[in-house]
Amino acid sequence: MSDHLVEAIGLSYAYPDGTTALDGASFRVAPGESVAIVGGNGAGKSTLLLMMAGLLEANAGEVRIGDVSVTPGSRDLVRRTIGFVFQDADDQLFMPTVQEDVAFGPLNLGVSAEEAASLAATALDVVGASHLADRPPYHLSGGEKRAVALAGVIAMGPNVLLLDEPTAGLDPAARRRLIKLLQAFEHTRIVATHDLDLVLDVCTRVLVMEGGRIVADGAPDAVFRDEPLLARCHLEAPLRWQG
Amino acid sequence: MSRLESALADLRLADTLASRDTALSRLDPRAKIVTTIAFLFAVVSYERHTVVALLPFLLYPVALASMGEVPWRWLARKLALAAPFAVLMGIANPVLDRTPMEVSQGVTMAGGWISFGSILLRFALTVTAALAVVAGTGMHALCAGLAALGTPRVFTAQLLFLWRYTFVLGGEGARMATAREARGGRGSPTLAVYGSLAGHLLLRAFERAERIYRAMLARGFDGEIRSVRTLRWSPRDTVFVAGWVAFFIAARAVYLPLVLGRLLTGFGG
Ligand SMILES: Nc1ncnc2c1ncn2[C@@H]1O[C@H](COP(=O)(O)OP(=O)(O)O)[C@@H](O)[C@H]1O
Ligand SMILES: [Mg+2]
Repeated sequence: MSDHLVEAIGLSYAYPDGTTALDGASFRVAPGESVAIVGGNGAGKSTLLLMMAGLLEANAGEVRIGDVSVTPGSRDLVRRTIGFVFQDADDQLFMPTVQEDVAFGPLNLGVSAEEAASLAATALDVVGASHLADRPPYHLSGGEKRAVALAGVIAMGPNVLLLDEPTAGLDPAARRRLIKLLQAFEHTRIVATHDLDLVLDVCTRVLVMEGGRIVADGAPDAVFRDEPLLARCHLEAPLRWQG
Repeated sequence: MSRLESALADLRLADTLASRDTALSRLDPRAKIVTTIAFLFAVVSYERHTVVALLPFLLYPVALASMGEVPWRWLARKLALAAPFAVLMGIANPVLDRTPMEVSQGVTMAGGWISFGSILLRFALTVTAALAVVAGTGMHALCAGLAALGTPRVFTAQLLFLWRYTFVLGGEGARMATAREARGGRGSPTLAVYGSLAGHLLLRAFERAERIYRAMLARGFDGEIRSVRTLRWSPRDTVFVAGWVAFFIAARAVYLPLVLGRLLTGFGG
C-alpha cells in the first residue's frame, strides 16, 4: 500500500450490450511514474481508467494497488488513494459554488468542515483558481472548469491521479497551463489522451491501446517513431515532429 | 439560443441569484422554510370565497422578493408559466357555483367567480413566495435546511439530483434541437422522428446521469451530500420567524383590510 504500485492483471470487460471494451489488459505502474495511455476512439482507455478507480467491475482479471485488490470491499481505501479527473468537467461539478465543490471530496473522507475548507483553498491555489472560489461552477469557461475539477480531486490528497483526456476542448493557453501543472505533480499519473505532444511533455512512458488490449509499451520517443503502429491505432506523430 | 436553452438558463438563474449576498440569502434556510410553511398554512386555511382578507398576505412574497433582490420580471415569467394549472383547477367553479353573493353593499356576484378569484390569488401568493425563497436560498442550501429540519437524507439528496438532472436532460435536449436545425430540420418533427429523438435524448441523458453519479462516487459520495457551508442560526433568524408568524396570526385573527380602512378614514364607520 505504502508504495502505491498500481497493477492491472488481465483485465477484461464487455458492456451489457455485448461490446467488448477490454480484452486482457495487463501492465504495472511504479510509484511516481507518469504514464500515458493512447489509442483511437473506442480503444478502451476510459473503460480502463474507470476500472482502475473501482467504478466498474471487471468481468475477468483484477486491479491491485500495492497489495490491495480493488473490489467493492476496498472502496474506502481506493477513494483515498486514487483521484479520477473525468473527461467532461461538467459531469464532475455538482455543488453550487466552486469552493463547496472542491471541499466535497475531503468532507466525504470524513475531515472536519474547517479542514475541508482549508484543503479546498490549498487545492484551488495549486491550480491557480483561488479567485473563482465563490462562483457557481456552471458559468466558468472550459479551462476554468477543468482546473476546478482537478482541484476537487487533488484536495482529497490522492497518491495516484487518473486523467481522462485532460486537454480535450481546451484552448492553447489553458492546455499549456494544465501541462505545467501535471509536470509539477509528484503523484503517480496515468493520463488517457490523444494529445501526443502532451505525452512528450508530461509522460516518461506510453501504453498504446487497440481493441481493448495493450499493443505497445515503451518510452514516448521510441513508440511515436513506429509509424505503422500509430497509423493502425488512428494516431499521428506529435505535431512538433511534423513539418 | 433555442427556446429550451433560454428556459433552462432562466431556471438556472434561481441558483445564480441565490449565490449573491442579499438580506434574504444571509438568513438561515431553516428560518425561511419554517416561515414559508406557516405562510402556506395561513393562506390555505381561509374559507374558499375569501379574497379581500387574503390581500395582507401579499406583503410576505413582496418582502421576500425585495430582501432577496429577486427580479420581478423573473418571478412574473415563472408565475405565468405555472398559471395555466391554477386556471385549470379553478375554471369549473363559476360554472358549478352560481349562487349570488354580496361583495359589498349592493354589488352581488356569482359565488363561483369569487372562489375562482380566490384560487388564483392563493396560487399567486404561494407560488411567488416559494419562488422567491428558492431564488433567495438556492436549491443546495434549501435541501441542507430541509435535512436539518428532519427530512430524510434520501429525499433531500434525490431532490438535488432531480434539480441537477433537469439541467442535464434539458441541456441534451437543447443540443439535439440545435443539431437538428443545423442539418435543416424545420418546423415540428413528425411522430416517427419525434419518437427517435426522444429515445435518443433519454439514452444520452441516462449516460450523462451515470457519469455524474460515478464522478460523485469517485469523490466518496455515500448518499449524503455534505457541504462546508454549515447552517448557523442567528438572532436575525429568530426575529424573521417570530415577526412573520405574528403577522400571519394577526392577519388571520382580525380582518386587517377593515382595520386599515378604519384607520385611514379616521376611525369612522
Ligand atoms: N456505456 C457503454 N455502453 C456500451 N458500450 C460502451 C459504453 N461505453 C463505451 N462503450 C464501448 O466500449 C468500447 C471502449 O470505449 P471507451 O473505453 O470509451 O474507449 P476510449 O475511451 O478509448 O475512446 C467502445 O467500443 C465503446 O463504443
Ligand atoms: Mg474515452
